[in-house]
Amino acid sequence: MSAVTAEHGHDDHHDDHAHGPEKGWLRWIITTNHKDIGTLYLLFALAMFFVGGAMAMIIRAELFEPGMQFVDPKFFNSMTTMHALVMVFGAVMPAFVGLANWMIPMMIGAPDMALPRMNNMSFWLLVSGVLLLASTLFMEGGAPAGGWTLYPPLVLQTGKALPFAIFSVHLLGISSILGAINIVATILNMRAPAMPLMKMPMFVWTWLITGFLLIAIMPVFAGAVTMLLTDKFFHTSFFDAAGGGDPVLYQHIFWFFGHPEVYVMILPTFGVASTIIPVFARKPLFGYSSMVYATASIAFLSFIVWAHHMFTVGMPISGELYFMYATMLIAIPTGVKVFNWTATMWKGAMTFETPMLFSIAFVVLFTLGGFTGLMMSVAPVDFQYHDTYFIVAHFHYTLVPASVFILMAAGYYWMPKWTGHMYNEKIGQLHFWLSAISVNILFFPQHFLGLAGMPRRIPDYAIQFADWNMISSIGGFIFGASQLLFLWIVIDTIKGGTGEKVSDEVWEDAHKHGLEWTLPSPPPYHTFSTPPAVIPCDHN
Amino acid sequence: MKKIKQLFAGVSLAALGLQSAHADYALNLMEGVTKVSHDIFDLHMLILWVCVFIGIAVFGTMFYSIYHHRKSKGHQAANFHENTTVEIIWTIIPTIILVAMAIPATKTMMELDNVQNSDMSIKVTGKQWYWDYEYLGTGVHFESHLDAMSEKTHRDGSDPHGVPHYLLNVDRPLVVPVGKKIRFVFTSADVIHSWWVPDLGWKKDANPGFINEAWTSVDKPGTYRGQCTELCGRDHGFMPIVVIAMEQGDYDKWIETTLAKQNEKPDLSDLSREQLMAKGSAVYMTNCVSCHQIDGAGAPGDYPALRGSAKVNAGIDPLIGFLQAGTSKMPSFAKLKDNELAAVITYIRNAPELGNKVGDEIQPKAITPVYDDE
Repeated sequence: MSAVTAEHGHDDHHDDHAHGPEKGWLRWIITTNHKDIGTLYLLFALAMFFVGGAMAMIIRAELFEPGMQFVDPKFFNSMTTMHALVMVFGAVMPAFVGLANWMIPMMIGAPDMALPRMNNMSFWLLVSGVLLLASTLFMEGGAPAGGWTLYPPLVLQTGKALPFAIFSVHLLGISSILGAINIVATILNMRAPAMPLMKMPMFVWTWLITGFLLIAIMPVFAGAVTMLLTDKFFHTSFFDAAGGGDPVLYQHIFWFFGHPEVYVMILPTFGVASTIIPVFARKPLFGYSSMVYATASIAFLSFIVWAHHMFTVGMPISGELYFMYATMLIAIPTGVKVFNWTATMWKGAMTFETPMLFSIAFVVLFTLGGFTGLMMSVAPVDFQYHDTYFIVAHFHYTLVPASVFILMAAGYYWMPKWTGHMYNEKIGQLHFWLSAISVNILFFPQHFLGLAGMPRRIPDYAIQFADWNMISSIGGFIFGASQLLFLWIVIDTIKGGTGEKVSDEVWEDAHKHGLEWTLPSPPPYHTFSTPPAVIPCDHN
Repeated sequence: MKKIKQLFAGVSLAALGLQSAHADYALNLMEGVTKVSHDIFDLHMLILWVCVFIGIAVFGTMFYSIYHHRKSKGHQAANFHENTTVEIIWTIIPTIILVAMAIPATKTMMELDNVQNSDMSIKVTGKQWYWDYEYLGTGVHFESHLDAMSEKTHRDGSDPHGVPHYLLNVDRPLVVPVGKKIRFVFTSADVIHSWWVPDLGWKKDANPGFINEAWTSVDKPGTYRGQCTELCGRDHGFMPIVVIAMEQGDYDKWIETTLAKQNEKPDLSDLSREQLMAKGSAVYMTNCVSCHQIDGAGAPGDYPALRGSAKVNAGIDPLIGFLQAGTSKMPSFAKLKDNELAAVITYIRNAPELGNKVGDEIQPKAITPVYDDE
């Protein structure tokens, strides 16, 4: 433990008048408490989930029928671009940082995050970045409309919004890097002495690896967008062939960031699934160490497969083949994870509360997304799949019924711990079934559309794509509306939920699976001022 | 309100068993009309079946477990948490499957990549938002835009049912001979585009300042349709591709007539006001509407309005010069023939739908070469 945090711990905990939260609204601005900041992150992510979701509803409304009904094509492009940026940088990533903030100190027996003031700064930089990004919607020429990948030369045709969007990416990048450094520092320095690395909960392991990914890639993205900025305003030609540059260079840099980035959104998902499934199967996680090694392998592979996003960009055959082989390899560690989850359920004594339902749906539907990923790794076939609705279906399967479902699962799983109140199980299950059915109505037909020849990012389409698009949109509207149930549950649970008194461990025998269940529900403002001596560990 | 009604009409249609016109629930990849596209289709089916097989095994096991190993049935939890043999097996089997798939995939990839020994070459240039085709060595060179009916339909937001090949039709298709190895070279004049005809089996990006290559050899005569697949701005969804494959004899005849028509001197005789306006409207819909829009309002922040524009409504000589020379923002329209230029200038100055009413007629003879196209 570092000197700084030791001193901090001293200040906080050897004072008889234990520091409670600041009174009034100022608490939420200046807080350095990991639980408060975790709550801020989670609520912000939830709000952005609805903002990004509203954009998706606009997209699906326009695509409900062939012909242009509601929006201008340029605005449609802004919507696809902003939907992706808001969901990735405003919803999914912050939600996992929020979970990390709340749970990691409680899971490793630490009093707080290693760098509490920086923690506060990370959050408010995130808010500034997202607000700046959102403000581009109201600028002359509209929000960026060149796709979330911001490919030049197209993105350089953005109006007044370009420098603001780039600066917002810088802010979001700084926020992520600070958050990641904090998480890595916390995990490496603040664990209870009784917890060696190989006894850490899987969620902590996956975040440790994700933290390193973030620290490695966010500066690369910042560099890429800075080159866009100088190309546009300072007469450089990084991506302009007329000045000796190459637009494809941007794509290489972007995807060197972008591929690990998609794993930033999925590795903590794996961690939460590996946390929840054993509790409801009443069995230890199968293959703990192979889970750790598989996660590390996936993270390593993520750095060397980036150009599979660019099979049709015009690469030499050696490049095409290398990136095809390397990409296929990802199926192996990913398969190990899926097999391990299945083996964890095998011969368990399963119950199916809402967190478990969402987790099982995650394993099944993420695997579906993985299958289409495997199909796309085959470079010659990707010449057909690339940039069609097939890939839209693929990555939405790995993000919505995977990352988002697991975030829901995490919400249901830990909300009783966070609030001390039990959520309404009936409404939770209703939310699950509506979501699980509608998400498939929404995304499964998109496979067919892509295979039949519908490109992505088009506001209007040929008549033969009409039927599946209408079904997809109907699924989208139901899915969107179902999420209001989750909002209701969050509010209801904070206000008292079912009124049932929840125990410390909430779920049967959960204290065998994680330190957080040894604490009261809700946990006091400061926890583990002295490290716990005994670490629950269900594997050896 | 009309839109809300349309939406409800659509929803009720969906409720009635989804019986819209042209119902087409295509599920699978199309096989295509080239050898490579067949190989790709076979690979697609192979990997699809591999996934289905693995899926049945994994999900079958999982659902068996979910059904039988539940607490409500009184199942007692076992306590195992590792098994080295099983873990090694489920690492090695996928590896073998992957190697088995990589072999045919590599073969097809090499085949796709081999542009050697082609019989002819076509240069394809992506432009915002149309394709430019140049038959290298023959002199045939033309632009291929979205057809007029689709253009008008998507712009005024009317019902596209009944428009033939809505958004998949062009004014001038690419014509190729069957059975010949055709090499394509791709580039772009502005942003990145991507040329995709699913029946040919591949797509290839058109990058500004660089050349990409690809090839095809079409097995049977027919019309094959595709679209731009790389987001390229406002009208990305409106730059389709149509390829017509015909027998060599027909193709030779097509080249001949196309070339003859291309080299024809334009008719510069005076036109009536109606003729000027009709021709001007057609030229506008092909060349101008993407940026300046169907009502001449432009797009604030991106493209200036023609409606009420001082430049459009003032003297014609600066306007002609402006159109011929272009600017850093607007491409030169020196490619338009004098009669087309005269007509479109008449149109933009007088069309009620653009809100301008100068009241003059510009005749082809009035077009003077302010800017000489080399």
